[in-house]
Amino acid sequence: MATTTLSRYADLPALIGLMTGDEKHQAASESTLDVLWVLYDRVLDISPETVDDPDRDRFLLSKGHGPSAYYAVLATKGFIDVRTLRNWTRADSPLGYHPDRVLIPGVEIGSGSLGHGLGLAVGTALGLRAQGRTKPRVFVLVGDGELDEGSNHEAIAAAGRLGLDGITVIAVDNRSGTHGWPGGIAERFKVEGWAARTVSGRDHDALHSAFTTPHPGRPLVVVAHVNTKG
Amino acid sequence: MRDTFVDVTTAALDDDPRLAVVLADISADRFTGAAARHPDRVINVGIREQLMIGTAGGLALTGMRPVVHTYAPFLIERAFEQIKLDLVHQDVGALLVSNGGSYDVPSAGRTHMAPGDVAVMDSLPGWTVHVPGHATEAARLLEAAFRTDDRVYLRMSERGNAAARPVGEGIVPIRTGSARSLGVVLAVGPMLDRVLAATRELDVTVAYTATVRPFDRAGLNRLVGEAGQADVLMVEPYLEGTSAHEIAAALSDRRHRQLSLGVSRADEVRIYGTSADHDRVHGLDADGIARSARDFFLV
Repeated sequence: MATTTLSRYADLPALIGLMTGDEKHQAASESTLDVLWVLYDRVLDISPETVDDPDRDRFLLSKGHGPSAYYAVLATKGFIDVRTLRNWTRADSPLGYHPDRVLIPGVEIGSGSLGHGLGLAVGTALGLRAQGRTKPRVFVLVGDGELDEGSNHEAIAAAGRLGLDGITVIAVDNRSGTHGWPGGIAERFKVEGWAARTVSGRDHDALHSAFTTPHPGRPLVVVAHVNTKG
Repeated sequence: MRDTFVDVTTAALDDDPRLAVVLADISADRFTGAAARHPDRVINVGIREQLMIGTAGGLALTGMRPVVHTYAPFLIERAFEQIKLDLVHQDVGALLVSNGGSYDVPSAGRTHMAPGDVAVMDSLPGWTVHVPGHATEAARLLEAAFRTDDRVYLRMSERGNAAARPVGEGIVPIRTGSARSLGVVLAVGPMLDRVLAATRELDVTVAYTATVRPFDRAGLNRLVGEAGQADVLMVEPYLEGTSAHEIAAALSDRRHRQLSLGVSRADEVRIYGTSADHDRVHGLDADGIARSARDFFLV
């Protein structure tokens, strides 16, 4: 299997290049690349063998647009055969511009339309709680522009008040929201009862530390700053 | 019907650990006892309808069976993209249970009316749609739906028929016309008693269904084949013509005529009053249905 040889962080640009045809520049522009790598390499308890284990960790990519970094990371970890990347978006490929959980093992939700992952995460956390499953954690990746969607504000308020400490939201902030978030994104979550960390979205150790911050009784948001879009 | 919904759902919560109720304040006061016994499985998200569907999707992703309830305009119309993406696109199921469909609360005005809910749901694949005409029917349909992982929309009504009819068996004949009959009149859910009154003098087969999706195409085709004429009058309590394409498909092998009665598409009816007032405006009272039937069957 080719996946065993392309399993390092250093391989990600080449894997993204299989989809975009550009090995040099594309990776650096992927705002979610480092967040995804740290999650899958160091944090999530999930593997191709455990994609149906009810006690697996859940990773919900709410920001489904621009998933090449996601696919590349899934390929390094063996969820996707590397050769599949080359044919992405073709009719017979499981990989589209927006990921589909029905087509890709290990992908928890189909996404692309903004503002759906956080609501699904609230339900997932409640479902795990109702079944007495205390081990699995639910991680959700959103973009700062995506936070404009009102559906997210419904979820942020309810998750805070319900004390859903199984949820960690990673908000990748490249300041792409049209009207911005005065005071910063973390403040919007904190006022609703969330624990919050703000770190560099490129610093692997800082990301790891933030993702593993204890947050008993309240959900956690990790705001990951990356370079401004454009 | 709403009391029945609360009673059978509360009882099912006690028996089935997979079941979870998701509310957005509406009817939450009726589930306080159940919520006290099952705090993790009676979830009131507040007045957040988008979140209530997202929550249902997430619950289903973990293997739970979500039952989602509020007024039809908020459940179906406000959160429609969540229904499309958080349930259908994720390939998970839920049981959506609405009340206040077409104009059950007419004094509340247009904001609390949803005559288009079934037509809107009909734009999505894979939904079973129940429109019971009696509380007993609603109970039977609910209890069956609790035990599946299907995508089910159950539309409760404040109104209905005097007697419960068979459910879960497709289209069932209630009164059979002669071999020379004028055709078939199909009544959905709460419309049956009015249809029976309206067609008392006519030689027609009157048939009933509380389940409109999937539509029992074979059952309708069979009844029409047994009638004197291949003419079908469809009477639905929501937007007129909602099932017209199903009738056309059911009878695609026959030369036939069809007419659909339901809530008018022509204008927003800007009156309050009673449900009976709205019935008259839309021609859905017994007199209006009788007039339409005589015209259609060329009596």
